[in-house]
Amino acid sequence: MTRDFKTALALCLATFLITAVAYPAVVWGGAQLLFPWRARGSLIERSDRTVVGSRLVAQSFKSPRYFHPRPSAVDYKADGAGGSNLASTNPQLAEMAAAQAAGEGGSADRPLPVDLASRSGSGLDPDLSVESALFQVDRVAAARGVRPEAIREAVMRRVDHSGWILGAPPRVNVLELNWSLDDHGIVRD
Amino acid sequence: MDLTWIHPIWAVGLPVALAIPLGLWMTRVLDPPPEREGRGLDALATLVTRAIGRGHPTPMTWLEYGRAMLAFNLALFVITFAILWAQPRLPLNPDQKGSLAGLGYKDPAGVQHDGADTAVIFNTVCSFVTNTNLQHYSGEQHLSYFSQLGAVMWLQFVTPACGLAVMLAVIRGLRGQRDVGDFWRDMVRSVLFVMLPLALVTAFSLAATSVPMTFAGSAPATTLEGGSQAIARGPVAAFVAIKQLGTNGGGFFGPNSAHPFENPTPWSNLIEVVALTLVPMASVLMFGRMLRERRHARVLFGVMLTMLLIGAGIVIAAELRPNGAMIRPEIASGPNMEGKEVRFGPVATATWSAATSATSNGSVNGMLDSLNPMGGLVPMALMMINVDFSGVGSGFLNMLMFVIAAVFIAGLMVGRTPEYLGRKIEAKEVKLAMVAILIHPLVITCGTALFAATTWGSSTTANPGAHGFSEILYEFTSSAANNGSGFEGLSDNNPAWNIATGVVLLLGRFPSLLLPLAIAGSLAVKKPTPPSLGTLPTDNFTFGMTLMGVVLLVGALSFMPAVVMGPVADALGKGASPAAASAQPRVSQPLVQVLKDAH
Repeated sequence: MTRDFKTALALCLATFLITAVAYPAVVWGGAQLLFPWRARGSLIERSDRTVVGSRLVAQSFKSPRYFHPRPSAVDYKADGAGGSNLASTNPQLAEMAAAQAAGEGGSADRPLPVDLASRSGSGLDPDLSVESALFQVDRVAAARGVRPEAIREAVMRRVDHSGWILGAPPRVNVLELNWSLDDHGIVRD
Repeated sequence: MDLTWIHPIWAVGLPVALAIPLGLWMTRVLDPPPEREGRGLDALATLVTRAIGRGHPTPMTWLEYGRAMLAFNLALFVITFAILWAQPRLPLNPDQKGSLAGLGYKDPAGVQHDGADTAVIFNTVCSFVTNTNLQHYSGEQHLSYFSQLGAVMWLQFVTPACGLAVMLAVIRGLRGQRDVGDFWRDMVRSVLFVMLPLALVTAFSLAATSVPMTFAGSAPATTLEGGSQAIARGPVAAFVAIKQLGTNGGGFFGPNSAHPFENPTPWSNLIEVVALTLVPMASVLMFGRMLRERRHARVLFGVMLTMLLIGAGIVIAAELRPNGAMIRPEIASGPNMEGKEVRFGPVATATWSAATSATSNGSVNGMLDSLNPMGGLVPMALMMINVDFSGVGSGFLNMLMFVIAAVFIAGLMVGRTPEYLGRKIEAKEVKLAMVAILIHPLVITCGTALFAATTWGSSTTANPGAHGFSEILYEFTSSAANNGSGFEGLSDNNPAWNIATGVVLLLGRFPSLLLPLAIAGSLAVKKPTPPSLGTLPTDNFTFGMTLMGVVLLVGALSFMPAVVMGPVADALGKGASPAAASAQPRVSQPLVQVLKDAH
């Protein structure tokens, strides 16, 4: 039995060195070398190198000048992500949905697309469905004092179809869309 | 063109196709014939076994094998407990995470107790040592990078390898070997030749799809509107790869693979959903090759695949329907998107939810608590039967117990002595198999009853009525099945939940590894009887149907009352569909009322 424990501890040490030290070191080195920008979190930077955010992580947009992302159960806290975990039978969820619809200007004539009414699983969903982006075109155009067609075009240019062959829905990245509206480029290396 | 329907074909077809070569590879590297031991690639394994002082393979009886396995698991327990305990004093902690026990908890009266709950460490260690990955903490908030890699990820490698090792030993017993192999050598081979290469390939593929891999702390950002956001990141790619491959499921971030850093694109989602079922599928094929019973293995595979497809079909159908709370004129009618991500959509999230609970993985790419009631029923049901590919190694052993029960029942029906793989199944084996099968419903129903009847459970649910009961039932089912997913609304980080599920986790793991080992040991010493006209074949359609019948019957008999009180009552209740919402009085009112009264 003592011999079993000795071997057990030795195997712990060996597997620790292989799987918890060597393996992550190799993956880290390879990823930093091959995909340095992605490995650091796909961060979008201003020309002065300050970080705007990550293209993968939603951030809060409240102003009518910007497209709004899906509502977040954690208020876009990117170091404490989470969903609402509310059941469809919970009256609280129905109240939240009604409030969200009212806030975004959904009505019986012009109903709010369902993804913009529901909270995402991570609370950090960076994307909107195309319908949800188009839903906001008029508001953004009015706030910016430009023709709706121009904004609409900007949205359609940014529709991401990648992964369609896997059955992925077309979508629009909110931060990149808003960033492009402010007439910036996207900084990557 | 709308191609959303195509996702399940990729998500199931691809791992099935890849499992065939992987099954062959696993047979070759994990069970080499004596003349190839220590040669070629296997020399690497010898190098490591020599380093741990077991250079010469020691044949073990099933009892010695089980003892070595337990010794190793005890060592894992002690070491990871120490690492998590000492977290604030260990390196690789750029965001200065404090002690895991510092989380604190709210008691049933709503009083906050800061830093008082060391049971969370006990629960976390039980959870990862048992290959479950139930998480009562949130990765990006409470763990340092050292704990993520050195405690959590290390266990994500060695615990599936441990399941695989025991599976190898059981197969050798069924083959008639009294010496079921060398546990240490099986462990080393499983880690080196199966888990590690698969993880490397998966990790690099994920890094290519934008999953971060950095040791830098969280990135401070100034948002476009001028607000500030701290973006947590870390060595995610390496972690997520083995999380998916080893039926582990414990996320780097709280929301698991719904988090855009764990699963940023539809391509990363496909890689991860394939990795989720791949090794359990290949294990079944390896079983067929090692025993030279490939037709029998294909029957088992077919039974598992059928149940998975049925499950996935039900969740997809349920999730394409609107969420009850979203049915109102000012919201456009659409699928249930609460708790789901736009880049995956409802079909991919539903497919994943079935696959993750069939295999005992437990990772999620959308929140299960917010699934429509019938959608939420499926993951629960798949964990209750717990044989649908299930955990690496351990899942196959669960199925083996049902195979023995099915052989026994079929034998009784035709009045013959039941035989399996040429060996007589007698009272001893059937008793052991029944114990293994019945522990599972016993701990789930007893635990749920206790917590639903007391404030331990009733004060911790996030949703009212039948769904609250579902949360309690789900938590115990997930723990006993060593799955680790959850209806995460439940406030489960308090001493009562931490200790109760910790114990259930251990009861869900070790008996279901040791009992099959005992059965294999007992069958190994029996004289093989050559197949005759009276032998019931186990490699045809009839046996497959019998087996599925036994699995579903045992599942239904054990869990039907609990399921009716949870998800079924939930589905019949308010909000599930417009018809049910407007119908007065509601059909399920008495049941919901009973539950409320019980609380």
